[in-house]
Amino acid sequence: MTYATSLTCRECSREFPLDPLHVCDFCFGPLEVAYDHDGIQSKISRERIESGPRSIWRYKDLLPVDDEFIVDLNVGWTPLLRADRLAEQLGMRELYIKNDTCNPSWSFKDRVVAVASSRARQMGFQTLACASTGNLANSVSAHAARAGMDAIVFIPHDLEAGKVLGSAVYNPTIVAVNGSYDDVNRLCSELADNRQWAFVNINVRPYYAEGSRTLAYEVAEQLGWRAPRQVVAPMASGSLFTKIHKGFQEFQRYGLIEDTPIRMIGAQAEGCSPITTAWRGGTTNIRPVKPATIAKSLAIGNPADGYYALKTMKRTDGGATGVSDAEVVEGIQLLAECEGVFAETAGGVTIAGLRQAIATEQIDPDEPTVAFITGGGLKTADAVVEHVTQPIPVEGTLQSFEDAFAEAPQAAAVGG
Amino acid sequence: MATRRVRFTFEGDAVTEPIIYLLGREFEIVTNIRMADVEQDFGWVVLELDGSHDEIDRALSWVEEQGVRVDPVAGDVVEG
Repeated sequence: MTYATSLTCRECSREFPLDPLHVCDFCFGPLEVAYDHDGIQSKISRERIESGPRSIWRYKDLLPVDDEFIVDLNVGWTPLLRADRLAEQLGMRELYIKNDTCNPSWSFKDRVVAVASSRARQMGFQTLACASTGNLANSVSAHAARAGMDAIVFIPHDLEAGKVLGSAVYNPTIVAVNGSYDDVNRLCSELADNRQWAFVNINVRPYYAEGSRTLAYEVAEQLGWRAPRQVVAPMASGSLFTKIHKGFQEFQRYGLIEDTPIRMIGAQAEGCSPITTAWRGGTTNIRPVKPATIAKSLAIGNPADGYYALKTMKRTDGGATGVSDAEVVEGIQLLAECEGVFAETAGGVTIAGLRQAIATEQIDPDEPTVAFITGGGLKTADAVVEHVTQPIPVEGTLQSFEDAFAEAPQAAAVGG
Repeated sequence: MATRRVRFTFEGDAVTEPIIYLLGREFEIVTNIRMADVEQDFGWVVLELDGSHDEIDRALSWVEEQGVRVDPVAGDVVEG
């Protein structure tokens, strides 16, 4: 049984029923799920969580879904890797990588879509919908298939075929909108008001956003029931960033971990950094931008939760970083070469942002730090294909190998 | 009749123009401001528009022609 009680406006605190609503009727502020905290407190314990499934549903007491409606693709409980080799490269003492590339559709979006699709089923929807250029559409399509629901996915008309494939294989309805991103935004916002579809990040957004908290829950549990001192996470809409912090706060509130301060550092690519720009300018007014970066999964020019991300930074003595596309590629390579984790461009933003945060003294290299890697590298292979090591061509003879190997620059790195 | 919730973002000279006044005068729509924050060279306004679907579309096209950015109230919904 869920302990969710209502939706509450983040601006004026007005309450609404647990319906498919996302903005307050009075002030148009965003809505957020509210819970019966006393009920949760009376039931939750480390032991109860540890005896649950190895997925996000071990935290079902904290999620807005009743058991019988759960759409289960075994999302979450992804590895937390101690990253000593990367830490050494960056001059850090204790660094961990939360590797969310291991989710069923290879990105953290499975967490939010798992909750959104389950709640959509509970509210009686038969159709899941979204507007996306990649990860979100993949996850919506996969979850709809798993749940036996219909899926309709809106994409810009000029999206590369490779990116469409990750959704198309699950056989959703795919609508290619002939227009700009702004046109797709507008169309889908109107459709969400007019159709009986669960647009996961529009009319069921309050439930969708709740899934991101499970990243913090898992990290705290995997660290041996403690919070890290510092967090570096990518920012697109800003929702993931704020919900990670909220997740740690909730574990502190319920006494599952100690109440220690957590510094939140957000990472964006310079080509789409409206939140970082506002942070640097000392304002909470976010100026929308036209995205121009290889980090497409973070390319949200008008971030819905940017204001709240800024508040989280301020409240936690945190900060923000903005990195170039070249640094993004370097970040992907550094993570892969040091730790064996192949991240998409958002992961490159996180690692490059971590490096920048150290250089600008926004984080302390001696404090325990977790960097969130939110998607797998094969999704954005084009970003690195020209920068990675090339094969040494040889004939199938020992002599050919010896000759070629002796001259190859890569040979120096091979032992034996 | 239709209702649309939108966010206008003003930059530069557009901040000083009486866009919302003109919107209600030049088009058959009712404007209802719900939240706003306006600085010297930048500002945003969240408002509700009531009118026919076509008239709202026409009005919003005109607003964009004045150099004002128009977004859905929930921000960008196209995600990666």
